Amino acid sequence: MSLIAFWGAVELGLVYAFVAIGVYLAFRVLDFPDLTVDGSFPLGAAVAAVLIIAGVNPWIAAAVAMVAGAIAGLVTAMLNVRFRILNLLASILTMIALFSVNLRVMGKPNVALINADTMISPFFGHGLRDFYVRPLFVGILVIVAVVVVWRFLESDAGLSMRATGANARMARAQGVDTNRQIYLGIALSNALVALGGALFAQTNGFADVTSGVGTIVVGLAAVIIGETLFGARGILIALIGCVLGSILYRIAIQLALSSDVLGLQASDLNFVTALLVTVALVLPRLRRGGAA
Amino acid sequence: MISVSDIKVVFGKGTPLQKQALNGVSLTIEEGQFVTVIGSNGAGKSTLLGVLAGDVIATEGQVKIGTTDVTRQGTAARAGRVARVFQDPLTGSCGALSIEENLALAARRGERRGLASALGPQRRALFRERIAELNLGLENRMRDRMDLLSGGQRQAVSLVMATLAGSDVLLLDEHTAALDPGMAEFIMTLTQKIVSERKLTTLMVTHSMRQALDYGHRTVMLHGGEIVLDVAGDSRKTLQVEDLIAMFRKMRGQTLDDDALLIG
Ligand SMILES: Nc1ncnc2c1ncn2[C@@H]1O[C@H](COP(=O)(O)OP(=O)(O)OP(=O)(O)O)[C@@H](O)[C@H]1O
Ligand SMILES: [Mg+2]
Repeated sequence: MSLIAFWGAVELGLVYAFVAIGVYLAFRVLDFPDLTVDGSFPLGAAVAAVLIIAGVNPWIAAAVAMVAGAIAGLVTAMLNVRFRILNLLASILTMIALFSVNLRVMGKPNVALINADTMISPFFGHGLRDFYVRPLFVGILVIVAVVVVWRFLESDAGLSMRATGANARMARAQGVDTNRQIYLGIALSNALVALGGALFAQTNGFADVTSGVGTIVVGLAAVIIGETLFGARGILIALIGCVLGSILYRIAIQLALSSDVLGLQASDLNFVTALLVTVALVLPRLRRGGAA
Repeated sequence: MISVSDIKVVFGKGTPLQKQALNGVSLTIEEGQFVTVIGSNGAGKSTLLGVLAGDVIATEGQVKIGTTDVTRQGTAARAGRVARVFQDPLTGSCGALSIEENLALAARRGERRGLASALGPQRRALFRERIAELNLGLENRMRDRMDLLSGGQRQAVSLVMATLAGSDVLLLDEHTAALDPGMAEFIMTLTQKIVSERKLTTLMVTHSMRQALDYGHRTVMLHGGEIVLDVAGDSRKTLQVEDLIAMFRKMRGQTLDDDALLIG
């Protein structure tokens, strides 16, 4: 693997770290299997790209993308909480609807962002080579996100969200409005995922309606790799695990694709991902089985 | 003070499984009174506690805690008034959170929860102190996950949790049923201590006739969703465990007779 390919993998891993943190919030904190992310990731990319092309400040564009993601999350939460649709199904409905929405937002399946001013462009050309600048920039944002989510989850408000996912009956007995926690958590989760999408569009120079396919599996892969490596040792470690898991996943994929021995092509990516997640899911169980 | 007037609860109304769990229960409990509740399986004890906690919304009747009508309020909305310990040690606490996180959650029961850190040094010290009072050595395991504790230890922590924030009523639903005799006794002594120290208005459901008479100021027996016995003061002092068991027999006999009539 070349240096550029390596740092490219790190960069992509950092972009998807936002997805991983979002997936962690939904799946692990709230125990809500949310597939909305397959739609909210390209939604974030689409909203940011369209706004940036229209001349909007890219930071504001990213903020609007987050709001759009949050709204998508609220829709899923409403389908589940208010209309009592099973959580998984509710999220699939939103996800499917978002594919149409994303096409409407962009007006075409693919929008290019070459030459447009992005959040990162001011940092290019100061001596550091571009393929270092991008992961550095995204990495700093990831650190901010990790700290914010960590402090939130260890606050009084965050505790009530964690209790909602862990034991809803107990949470209610403690005065926690569990329905509100689901709205809040799924909105926050999808806002982070949409921010990931907005950054994806800006680092890669395009937004594409199909870029969302499999986002959920990639996010889950990162979460599971993180858990496998670090175990359950508190919120901060879990969040760092999500980030490192996301980076390692990308490096592993890059290695698999660049190895001549395996003879894999880019189109085999989904298969490799599914395989990786399966292995990560089965490994801890095998280990436990061996110990017992 | 708690007052429950003419409460009726029907589960699965209009279905073949329709079940009248409470059939016109009225009960007034003075501030600071400790009431033990007994009755056979399915008598409606848990349903009555559910009506007070908000888990069960009464089909008919009125529930007042203090001077507030809470009849239509959900569990979360009235949590500031109601503290509880459940029968199953797993229900009352969060296994995935640490001991101190569970306490932090309970310390703000019924209050607004902000973005300040849930576990500052002051709170940590307070929680440690309260847990140390249990003499179970748990003060050195404050960061352990709750699900690493035994059922008895969890119930002891749940009792502390129930008293961290103020409340108008403490509900205990067979909270020693899942414990070994030694631990059950420990939890009952602790309950007695906490209830009398804090003068808590308390309802305790139990299947132990001994407990029902030994603890508290008043004993209520439910049967078929109705109150069939309500004793306090001197008449309660003279009551023996055997008397209660005899009453149970009589009640069961009645239902048998009723069934016999139905079948016949
Ligand atoms: N959610 C529910 N749906 C339908 N029926 C219910 C429900 N909860 C309780 N019941 C029925 O209502 C009746 C009273 O139940 P309850 O749980 O109050 O009894 P209990 O006195 O607590 O009994 P136990 O001593 O076994 O705990 C029972 O016949 C029970 O089957
Ligand atoms: Mg019961």
